[in-house]
Amino acid sequence: MRIELNGSPKDLDGSPTVADLVRQLGLERAACAVEVNARLVRKSEHPTHALREGDRVEVVTLVGGG
Amino acid sequence: MTANAVDAMSAACPAIPPIRIGGFTLRSRLVVGTGKYRDYPTMQAAIEASGADCVTVAVRRERLVDAQGRSILDFLPLDRLTILPNTAGCFTAEDAVRVSRLGREILEQLGNPGAGWVKLEVLGDRTTLLPDPVGTLEACKELVKDGFTVLCYSSDDPIIAARLRDAGAASVMPAGSPIGSGRGVANPSAIRLVIERLKLAEQGGSADYPVIVDAGVGTASDIVHAMELGADGVLLNTGIAHAQDPVRMAHAMRLALDAGWHTARAGRIPRKLYANASSPWEGVISHIPGE
Repeated sequence: MRIELNGSPKDLDGSPTVADLVRQLGLERAACAVEVNARLVRKSEHPTHALREGDRVEVVTLVGGG
Repeated sequence: MTANAVDAMSAACPAIPPIRIGGFTLRSRLVVGTGKYRDYPTMQAAIEASGADCVTVAVRRERLVDAQGRSILDFLPLDRLTILPNTAGCFTAEDAVRVSRLGREILEQLGNPGAGWVKLEVLGDRTTLLPDPVGTLEACKELVKDGFTVLCYSSDDPIIAARLRDAGAASVMPAGSPIGSGRGVANPSAIRLVIERLKLAEQGGSADYPVIVDAGVGTASDIVHAMELGADGVLLNTGIAHAQDPVRMAHAMRLALDAGWHTARAGRIPRKLYANASSPWEGVISHIPGE
């Protein structure tokens, strides 16, 4: 299955959830937030939100800014 | 002056009260950005020197290729700072609302009170970074409906400032001059009009409505100027981060805010075209021309 992750194509095995993706990226303990198709997926929904072919996923964090 | 004399003067001078923005209370009226520093330790030291208890941060894509990269959060004492997430880089109301929700999600996970608010920026273009007033108003309404305490970056136009306030913005933050320009308060009359429109009862304002001058600060005197015009606080980033000595500049900015606060309330003398001697004429022994 292919999704778009932070603007780049990414191939995933099986039918992972958002929680699976976050774990695969090694970000399960990082301060980050996930959007799928421009909609926020709250952390409590990560384990149940299944990703689908073609999903546009954004994983964001906090950076310095003004 | 001796240390005792300084203490005595401080005791006689009323303390600067905290600033209230919606349900938030900040001890310092200086809010600082966290961008553009040469490194995180310098940022951390500059924040400390500024005395700020609120810092603004941006929301960006996680750098998935650089998992070893240190996080800014390791250099922000989250137990002492309220984080103010911003929507910098957004050019539409829709994107600003998305970014606000993402920022809230992260700060909720961190247990930081900053989860409840956002510094809203909807920009018009990349070269001026001036706000898009229509997009800002639209996003402000949406975010207020979603329960956010919204601090709106705005132009120095009093009409849009009042519209944002009426849409539920907890604070309107007019730009002194464009972001990062270091030109200070470019149009003091406009900033004064914004402040009067938002704060004077006869103009439908309220004295306790917080107005924070955001952007354009290049040096400490710019902060004094903004505070003299009646601002409740100042938000800046580049003026500290890109100074040759950011920590020392942060210290100066802190002092400037205090100076501006007090001078705005001490009642300055009127400007006059001609001189007014400070020493008495009586008893002068010299010849005075024309007399």
